[in-house]
Amino acid sequence: MRIEEHPILGSLPKAQTVWIEVDGKRIPARAGEPIAAALLAAGIRVFRTTHRRGEPRGLFCGVGRCTDCVMTVDGVPNVRTCVTPVRDGMKIETQRGLGRWPEQK
Amino acid sequence: MERRPVAVIECPEEIPCNPCETACPHGAIRVGKPITRRPELDLAKCTGCGLCVAACPGLAIFLVKEEGDTAEVTFPYEFLSLPRVGDVVTAVNRDGEPLGAAPVVAVRQVRTSDGTWLITLAVPRSLADEVRGMRRLNR
Amino acid sequence: MAGAEVTDIAVVGGGPAGLSAALAARQTGAEVVVVDENSAPGGQLRKQIHKFFGSKEHHAGQRGFRIAEELAAACRDRGVELWTDALAYGIFDHTLGIVRRGTAFTLTARAIVLATGASENALAFPGWTLPGVMGAGAAQTFINLHRVLPGRRVLMVGAGNVGLIVSYQLLQAGAEVLGVVEAAPRIGGYAVHAAKIRRAGVPIWTRHTVLRADGRGQLEEVTIAALDENGRPIPGSERAFAVDMLCLAVGLTPLTELAWQAGCRFEYSALLGGHVPLHSEDMETTVPGLFVAGDVAGVEEASTALEEGRLAGLAAAAYAGHGSPALEKEKAAARERLLALRSGPFGSGRRHAYEEIVRGWLRWSGAR
Repeated sequence: MRIEEHPILGSLPKAQTVWIEVDGKRIPARAGEPIAAALLAAGIRVFRTTHRRGEPRGLFCGVGRCTDCVMTVDGVPNVRTCVTPVRDGMKIETQRGLGRWPEQK
Repeated sequence: MERRPVAVIECPEEIPCNPCETACPHGAIRVGKPITRRPELDLAKCTGCGLCVAACPGLAIFLVKEEGDTAEVTFPYEFLSLPRVGDVVTAVNRDGEPLGAAPVVAVRQVRTSDGTWLITLAVPRSLADEVRGMRRLNR
Repeated sequence: MAGAEVTDIAVVGGGPAGLSAALAARQTGAEVVVVDENSAPGGQLRKQIHKFFGSKEHHAGQRGFRIAEELAAACRDRGVELWTDALAYGIFDHTLGIVRRGTAFTLTARAIVLATGASENALAFPGWTLPGVMGAGAAQTFINLHRVLPGRRVLMVGAGNVGLIVSYQLLQAGAEVLGVVEAAPRIGGYAVHAAKIRRAGVPIWTRHTVLRADGRGQLEEVTIAALDENGRPIPGSERAFAVDMLCLAVGLTPLTELAWQAGCRFEYSALLGGHVPLHSEDMETTVPGLFVAGDVAGVEEASTALEEGRLAGLAAAAYAGHGSPALEKEKAAARERLLALRSGPFGSGRRHAYEEIVRGWLRWSGAR
């Protein structure tokens, strides 16, 4: 959920809308925000599943330390979505396990 | 006693903080050195201006004005939606428990606010030491 | 950018300690570069929307994000070079290895200040990895910096200052905070921070813990329980809450990778958050010319980080040949302000822990 109005920070500043594709579905994002912010705003909370047990993972540290939020972005696996800004037309996929590099596909 | 609001400082611990002292234009609040000393209020110098209420990072200063059977309690408020003067809201105590309906008599900001509102409720005088906030309003 | 850059003072980390160190060093005339991996300087100040404690010297009464803006503006005005999106991945003597926007290069400095901060601790219990369980700092980053609520119904674990402050800020962001769970018998944070959320109707359950988190694919329910005097859950005291967010505010650990790599000697201090580099009164580590400031030197507050930064910046400038009698005086003043910040019932424990680190440095220095 976007925080449109805030008692201290005021109204959400205007930002250009860019579109990203998440597992084939187009969602809007605010230019410059991290991928994870756009996903959470769209109600997407599961970013990847683990290698051995296939357990779901999502945002955990939010500052690029823990790597729980990594996804496959434009074909490149293990991208930290909490610190990687969105770009118009970016293709994001829920990552299964360790992910695959493009040449392995 | 004069009919003016005075500050009530609820700062129970020795923490390193003195913006209340800096904010007071009348020299009514003294922290001194070391900075962990608890603030002392000189009631005679306090005009009830509210600058310390908005400046206190702990939101731990209130204004209380007692007159006849009623009291006006002012507290810092940083939530949306804001109440309007004339609204009747639910006054709460220090534990957030409801104490009854109370009309809003002032909603203002001061020089030290930077987003912090000062809300004043009219309450029965018997609740002057109890009321310290209001129930948040639904958006 | 060339493959090998040179400067007088390199500061790693652009939070309160790093920017303060940079400003102090710059004021001596030294050339200063700040290296920060984030897209904007300010570190964790950027997500702090509450007014800060301290005194005027620590920007007290100002909201954290405004302090970040002011420090960054001062750095720009005074000619400190701010390199954002720049990751310092390694330290080799007085040379930093840096990756910035896909390019790798080195930065060699006469003196280096590490102001790398700290990271949040996790807490393991069944279900702690479910999406929806996250660090309190993560929640704070997303609500205040990115303006997105990661959940609507929240439980907080930890009644230290971080847990209390983030609970309040979640309320400000429009979330419902059901309560704060604290294993200790009393609230660890400041009473005034606790009072803010108590007035807002948020209960704080001391001597309680999280038993488990459950949900199909993501967090749906959290079970808590009361603890007996031995810290064991009391059977029958379990309570379940339907929530979509569980925040963990269970302490911070200094981010010391570069200090380890540089060969600094460490000492463990539970009170300061873990292993911290031994340092002198001037914040110099056991590696000559390498200084530390802020949470990397022991987890404390932003006000102490600012003062430690000032001290380390001045000392680093002196090491780099920019010393003066006036500088020595300023260092003494900063040390005195640090002492004041570390007084009182909350600060005195940290003062002893800090002094233990300095004593360790003196022992090392004497044995050398």
